[in-house]
Amino acid sequence: MIGVLVKIAWRNIVRNRRRSLMTASAVAAGALAMLLFLGYTTYIFLGMETGNVQHLGHLRVFRAGYFLYGAGNPSAYGIDGYREVMRSIGADPVLEPMIRVLTPTQSLMGIAANYRGDNAASRTFFGEGIIPSDRDRMLRWDQYHTGIYHPLDPPMADADESRGLIGTGLARILNLCAPLALPECPPAPAAAPPPGEHPGKVNADIAELAGRDVPQGGRAPGGAQIDLLAATVGGAPNVVSLNVIGAQPQGAKELDDAYVLMHLALAQQLVYGREEHKITAIVLQLKDSRYLSAARARLNALFRERHLDLEVRDFAELVPFYGQVIRLFSSIFLFIALVMGMIVLFAVVNTMTMNVMERINEIGTSRAMGVRRSRIRAQFLIEGTLIGLIGTAVGAALAIAIAALVNRSGITWIPPGNATAIPLHLDVLGRPLRALGICAGLVLVATAAALLPANRAARLSVVDALRHI
Amino acid sequence: MQLEAMPPVVRLTHVSRTYQAGALEVRALDDLTLEIPPGRFSVVIGASGSGKTTLLNLIGCIDAPSAGAVEVCQQKVAELDDDAVADFRARNIGFIFQTFSLIPVLSAYENVEYPLLLVGMPGPERRRRTLAMLEAVGLAAQAQRRPNELSGGQKQRVAIARALVKQPQLVLADEPTANLDSATGASIISLMRRVQADSHTTFIFATHDPQLMSHADEIFAIRDGALLEHRGSAS
Repeated sequence: MIGVLVKIAWRNIVRNRRRSLMTASAVAAGALAMLLFLGYTTYIFLGMETGNVQHLGHLRVFRAGYFLYGAGNPSAYGIDGYREVMRSIGADPVLEPMIRVLTPTQSLMGIAANYRGDNAASRTFFGEGIIPSDRDRMLRWDQYHTGIYHPLDPPMADADESRGLIGTGLARILNLCAPLALPECPPAPAAAPPPGEHPGKVNADIAELAGRDVPQGGRAPGGAQIDLLAATVGGAPNVVSLNVIGAQPQGAKELDDAYVLMHLALAQQLVYGREEHKITAIVLQLKDSRYLSAARARLNALFRERHLDLEVRDFAELVPFYGQVIRLFSSIFLFIALVMGMIVLFAVVNTMTMNVMERINEIGTSRAMGVRRSRIRAQFLIEGTLIGLIGTAVGAALAIAIAALVNRSGITWIPPGNATAIPLHLDVLGRPLRALGICAGLVLVATAAALLPANRAARLSVVDALRHI
Repeated sequence: MQLEAMPPVVRLTHVSRTYQAGALEVRALDDLTLEIPPGRFSVVIGASGSGKTTLLNLIGCIDAPSAGAVEVCQQKVAELDDDAVADFRARNIGFIFQTFSLIPVLSAYENVEYPLLLVGMPGPERRRRTLAMLEAVGLAAQAQRRPNELSGGQKQRVAIARALVKQPQLVLADEPTANLDSATGASIISLMRRVQADSHTTFIFATHDPQLMSHADEIFAIRDGALLEHRGSAS
């Protein structure tokens, strides 16, 4: 029986093809808009996740309290015996298969200064000490095949602890445009020193002090040397020299104007001097983001078992901006979905009401022949569903085609939090369940919209329907 | 069992049907009591507004009386709920309408097959019966045509085939020849008469057509919702 109902519904759609086409077009427009926006947000979400995981890893292990209080004094929250902790994590049978990169990192703050040459300048910096080869492996993480990979340029080497990279903003502030050959970064005009100061003598003192602790490796050809001043754990000032081999733009100006990336050993030397070297965090980059919850739970269990005063944070906690962007785009998506849903709802209600009005006599005939009310209702619901299916299928096909065109067009853009342009990519099928949910939702709306006219048709009195002309 | 010994196919007992037309109450049937014998070609006649169509609607179980009892095919209709009445109609009653009322998106074959789908008849038997019925009404060659590709006479033949294909106990026809020219009307009457003679199905017509009245076994004359006269073998 359902076969004949579908047959009648389909043939009525074809019979009223112009009206059906208009209604299906509204559904298709809804599907197209929502799927393209889904593709756009998917790419943003996955791109942001990729960027964050490449730079921060999935999880970071801190000394308890660091996340809330440690940013002001990273050196005070160093992890004791971190090598042993890392060995425990790396050897854990649950964690080991999940981990892609396990690496230590040291955060620090201080003053970066360029006292060489005529244009002396200094600036507070935010620094990160890393193991270069581990960072390079982290930057190659691309679970979602986004194509995002911005290596350290020029590369840092594990063997040369003196080399580092800084933000382009900091390079500009420290008058390193010319030595680093930065484009669109002209050297600043010379500024007069404040009266009564003898910058040349002070600069020479600090440079001499820094020179005592410079690790072996020498100054990079074509680079520049800056001095980094920070307070050690004990409170004493400490200075090291960093051979800046290049500058890389950072996503936010505040970071770009203050960022220093250096070898872990140099960062530890600056923060801990000759005391025991610790680290701020142990970074875990996982092979697959789906392992995140399990890995986090296992880490917490491991730390409880070993009575370690450590805490675990994921990248979303470390970068609240990530969650804010997701919430913003999710809200916009919800708004678009609501608008499109309303358009589809009214279009289908209108069409189905007209269909019922035109077929009142046919409904009376069917009822007289013995068709139950429920089957009359089903017939019109099927019609609404078919219109929804056709519109959604057309909309989905168009969305996939348009996404393919855009993806091949080579359009680039700078996503939130990024410093460099990347190709615009619409990942319509990147989250297949969501895409399927949109299509199913639209078909459901079309079906629900048909319910009102279908109920009206089912409730018609047979005698009145047969009398209708 | 002889037809004469069988119980009546329709029994109406003190049936009234009133309609509300604004503030006015219209009494379409007024305390009507009648019995229609089975296997007959019965005709209900009367002037426009006399209550013929209302009577057919009550017999066809598509309307309910305001008072009184309607019994069709030995079934008290008031005892059935809405779905049960629909199923009862699907099994026992065939309708032929003045305006043919075929489903426009179905072919002649599919229109005739539709009532058999409603009673859940298996495919092969359904196909055999449908083709036989189309053959019987002379439309085997037009089986795949849609109603808009058929003449008025052909449409009514499809409607007759649709009403009879399930072999109902009762066929109700409201002015079946009113929209046909006299020659086509005559051929339709002769077709129905032949089919009725073969199947002994009870036919009840509401009509003004003198041709149709001349073929009737039973004639029920209605005026102002009441039975004025009953002529026929059972009277």
